[in-house]
Amino acid sequence: MTTSATLGRASGPAISVRGLEKAYGELQVLRGVDLDVAQGDIVALLGSNGAGKTTAVKILSTLLKADAGTATVDGHDVGSEPASVRGSISLTGQFAAVDEILTGRENLLLVGRLRHLADPGTVADDLLARFSLTGAGGRRVATYSGGMRRRLDIAMSLIGDPSVIFLDEPTTGLDPQARLEVWDAVKRLAAGGATVLLTTQYLDEAEQLADRIAILHEGRIIAEGTLAQLKRLFPPTEVTYVEKQPTLEEIFLAITSGTNTSASAKEN
Amino acid sequence: MTRSSSGLGNGLGDTVVLVRRSLTHILRSPDTIITTAITPVAMMLLFVYVFGGALDTGSDDYVSYLLPGILLITVASGISYTAYRLFMDMQGGIFERFQSMPIARSSVLWAHVVTSVVANLVSVTIVVLVALGMGFRSGADVLAWIAVVGIVALFTLALTWLAVIPGLTAKSVDGVSGFSYPLIFLPFVSSAFVPTGSMPGPVRAFAEHQPVTSIVDTIRSLFAEQAVGTDVWVALAWCVGLLAVAYGLAMATYRRRIS
Repeated sequence: MTTSATLGRASGPAISVRGLEKAYGELQVLRGVDLDVAQGDIVALLGSNGAGKTTAVKILSTLLKADAGTATVDGHDVGSEPASVRGSISLTGQFAAVDEILTGRENLLLVGRLRHLADPGTVADDLLARFSLTGAGGRRVATYSGGMRRRLDIAMSLIGDPSVIFLDEPTTGLDPQARLEVWDAVKRLAAGGATVLLTTQYLDEAEQLADRIAILHEGRIIAEGTLAQLKRLFPPTEVTYVEKQPTLEEIFLAITSGTNTSASAKEN
Repeated sequence: MTRSSSGLGNGLGDTVVLVRRSLTHILRSPDTIITTAITPVAMMLLFVYVFGGALDTGSDDYVSYLLPGILLITVASGISYTAYRLFMDMQGGIFERFQSMPIARSSVLWAHVVTSVVANLVSVTIVVLVALGMGFRSGADVLAWIAVVGIVALFTLALTWLAVIPGLTAKSVDGVSGFSYPLIFLPFVSSAFVPTGSMPGPVRAFAEHQPVTSIVDTIRSLFAEQAVGTDVWVALAWCVGLLAVAYGLAMATYRRRIS
């Protein structure tokens, strides 16, 4: 995790949101969201189910119109210049937005052609290799595991070098192994210099991936900062000594990635 | 990764890319075309070989009499797959991916519409081939055939835009396919199977003033090398009017969906 977010920048923020409001009928989902995301940062929008994370991402990616407030992405206003915003971003929605009937490679080619790349084939092969999907590239996506789909989904989001990437709950519904694969993929996105806004309801995910964390609660950002800054909001930690037990996740991963002998021993 | 071009002039190119995608879907599940053709073919067999002997249509060639109506039924059942494919895109999230990309947004809908016209024309061709096997003959010249294809394509286009509405709004797969049943039923209350003259007053009035009758009569005249008269203008007016209304409603639904 870097602390680059605290450094000053010459250019403006990659995402700037002021007083964003959105209601679905009577239900007020966003009640004045303010948020700035510096270029090249990974920011986690943390909130429980129904906090409005997806609504915020949809407004920023021009899929929804806000009722009030302003938002700019890469310097373009989402309300008045949606086409320019779409030229700067990519969205990986809550459900893997892949074409099940096409193969993994065809999915990448499809996006490459829609982005008018000169050589979509090379880009597709390169991404398949980067996301460890080369072997599966020729298979229909319907046969993929959840983690593979998500990896393909994220790979599709990278085509055309978008400067801002939105990831809406990238690991929801994935098993622990697939979750680690996706985390790894997200970390590599940031290494490429893109700005990433990801939403999550998992605290550890925000902790693992994000330079900065914004907590969305009841339609407002109630806290924002680096993990260290957020920790300082709470009373000083009390030091106690506890025997370290392996977590269930560590046990699960150790067993499932172990040798076949341990698995067969369990069966007998 | 370099972009070879950008800008708004790519609407057509984007549509072509997306049409290729949905045609690939159809090629990988050709059953959608087969099942579209099977029901009309079964109806044709039933009416020609079971009911046909007892029906007095004033024509000794019932297959040829029946075929225009069967073609419209083929289209009416075929467009429900268009609604289904659009619905699946909405469910899966790939629709949102396309909508958040720098492409001409309308190309997503147009791709489904163009695919629908292509797929339905293939199904219609299959039905015509079966009809030929059952004794359908026409001395129509190339121009008359072009006119038939044109009217069927226009009818398909109009019904497809209608199918876009449930595709965008349906909450379940059942809701998607349900809308096409009344459309499939419409040819039964028209001149498609029996002359409207045999129907009781109110039914006859409905049959003679609904779109299917004028379209069926036009296609039938074209096949029989007879003058189409005013039927063709009534048929075209119905198709174009239906197309305009369906397109307007579909686009309004679409705009509501993305705001």
